[in-house]
Amino acid sequence: MTAAADTTEQTADRHGWAEWADRHSGRIMVLPAVIVLLCFAIFPLIVSAYLSLSRFALAPGGFRLKFVGLLNFRKLLVGSQQYHLLGNFGAFGLVHWAMLAVAAGGLLFLLGRYFLSGRPTIAGTLGRLLAAAVAMGLVLVAVATFAPGGVPGTLVNTLLYVAVGVAVQFALGLGLALLCGQATAGRNVFRVLFFVPLMVTPVGIAYTFRMLADMQKGPFAPLLRAFGATEWSWATEAWSARLMVLVGDTWQWTPFMFIVLLAAIENQPRDQVEAARLDGASGFQIFRDITWPAIAPIAATVVLIRLIEAFKIIDLPNVLTGGGPGLATESMTLHSFIAWRTQDLGGSAAVGYMLLFISTVVCVSFFNFVVRPARRFEA
Amino acid sequence: MSGRARPLLRRLFEPASIDSQAPAARVVTYGLLILWSLIVLVPLYWVLITSFKGPGEVDNGPFYIPFVDFTPSLEAWNFMLLENNTLGPYLNSVVVALASTMLAVLIGALAAYALVRIRFQVKLAAVALFLVLLIAVIVAVAAFGITWELAASIALALFVVALFTLVGRTKLALGNSDIEFWIISNRIMPPVVAVLPIYVMFQHLHLLDTQAALIATYTAVNLPIVVWLTRDFFAGIPLDLEESAEIDGASKFRVFFTIALPLVRSGLVATFLLVLILAWNEYLLALFLSNANAQTMPVLVSAQNTTRGPQWWNMSVLIVVMIAPVVVISTILQKHIARGLLVGAVKG
Repeated sequence: MTAAADTTEQTADRHGWAEWADRHSGRIMVLPAVIVLLCFAIFPLIVSAYLSLSRFALAPGGFRLKFVGLLNFRKLLVGSQQYHLLGNFGAFGLVHWAMLAVAAGGLLFLLGRYFLSGRPTIAGTLGRLLAAAVAMGLVLVAVATFAPGGVPGTLVNTLLYVAVGVAVQFALGLGLALLCGQATAGRNVFRVLFFVPLMVTPVGIAYTFRMLADMQKGPFAPLLRAFGATEWSWATEAWSARLMVLVGDTWQWTPFMFIVLLAAIENQPRDQVEAARLDGASGFQIFRDITWPAIAPIAATVVLIRLIEAFKIIDLPNVLTGGGPGLATESMTLHSFIAWRTQDLGGSAAVGYMLLFISTVVCVSFFNFVVRPARRFEA
Repeated sequence: MSGRARPLLRRLFEPASIDSQAPAARVVTYGLLILWSLIVLVPLYWVLITSFKGPGEVDNGPFYIPFVDFTPSLEAWNFMLLENNTLGPYLNSVVVALASTMLAVLIGALAAYALVRIRFQVKLAAVALFLVLLIAVIVAVAAFGITWELAASIALALFVVALFTLVGRTKLALGNSDIEFWIISNRIMPPVVAVLPIYVMFQHLHLLDTQAALIATYTAVNLPIVVWLTRDFFAGIPLDLEESAEIDGASKFRVFFTIALPLVRSGLVATFLLVLILAWNEYLLALFLSNANAQTMPVLVSAQNTTRGPQWWNMSVLIVVMIAPVVVISTILQKHIARGLLVGAVKG
């Protein structure tokens, strides 16, 4: 009797629990993800914000945090660490003023067009003003540090990797995808082969390129010797070192652009292409009027994904050049890591926050002003 | 002369049919494609043959073809795999990558499924209150030296009280797309911003330099990608199968595991492979969070430089064993991995 009663009670109990779980299943399903992100994204972000506003010092029995307000940011932007983040500013010539004027004019033109044509909203206006201010600031720093006598800091290096790297990778990836789209025989072989670098560990790529570019023992050494370039080393010159990082990065990431754009090209309207060809359209006309409109939304999205990841670059500069010569190849993530290694936790967090701010503004602007219009264009 | 050459030229530069290329254009196309193939292959080839060289073969100038201009030896392989402790980091990498990927895919797919199929309403006021209290706790602990247990329990009590009194009256709420956007946008955050507090957190938990710390962190970092990709796979499957199962009395979890998951199997494989490779290649977080015990392959490889200088032959062995699995996987399963990338890019 009692045993029977027990079992019924148990089943009822289990039933009640299962029912509760079912009623709240949505929350239970999302909860693990939310908890993980709270612990590893939101909570660290807030602590980091606090760290960036304080000075960290080792003290007996642990460490001490002293609240110092915006001191860390002031140091990075106008103080003793300015050379590290922003770089040393050079003397402005006529060309540099002209470049700034062009940038300012372009931004003002875009802002003006927004105010005059559509219905400006408060959020839209604020967002555009912020984006324009950040863009102007970045252009100003880049122009100033590339002016004669200037030395670029980690901010400009990171921007260089992002802007030049992503642009070159996109161009190469698109070119290869177009070529591969022409090749009917062996397309799948190329597709598989070209895909490989994307998956190779960046640290491995860095060492491999160091070996390849070795001036004495690398495979191209005899060639360089024939040109009489025995004394020269790419690692000691700022621009050649930066170029090496870009080459490694491009080798790795071109496949990403290639594979996605090739799929997009294969999906373009075949009948339109054939009709255009029958009417005698040139290859360039077909690309401009049929292929490009068909792939533009996807192209914008891959560039966005790549932008997001490109801001985080550290492996290649750290292993390939160690950030040198001087600061020439140091990215902002590497800057933050080096600050952490020297116990400057506040400075490290401040650099991280600057990176977060800039990459968020750039990526969100790119999404709003490039990806969205490209998608609307499609529809 | 020119009269005889013209047909030849025409044949070279004009396509035979509307669908094909002119022979000259085809030569250029394949020439460029083969050139890029070489650019892809030469670095990989060079690492592979360098791993069979010794100090003599490396230092005395470049040798290109094994058995022809140098005799390959297994010395470096022998040294790195048997005498040097490479196996430990390798095992760490395998365990961390596999475990974190499985966790990320499981947690992410669950969340993505729920976000696709169930309507959520989260009160904006509750989120804001939670954040304010979290900030208050952190400031209280960091600046005023209050123990975190005390601060957290006071905050929790306040939060619960407010949840049942004030928050219920507010109107503004976040929907599914807001939650999705929040989860995915975490990927924009550079990991270097979050890694310092994570480091301190694991230090307090005495988990620094363990596989568990890396697994947990990698899971979190790759979660946004999993949610982003799998939500499109789930959104693409028809509702009626799930609905009929639910009418038959299956719970949401049962529907998820027995109906929804099998239907998106190939999408899950794509996501799994992509995340696995990302975890395998991860460098920055491992650099911060692991030291000797939990060291992963990328950290081991990058550490070689400082300890011994560039001993290219040994380094090449490490690189080969590190990249061989990914190269093999990405060659054989290219279609599946590319599918993950395509879904991400196309649906965005």
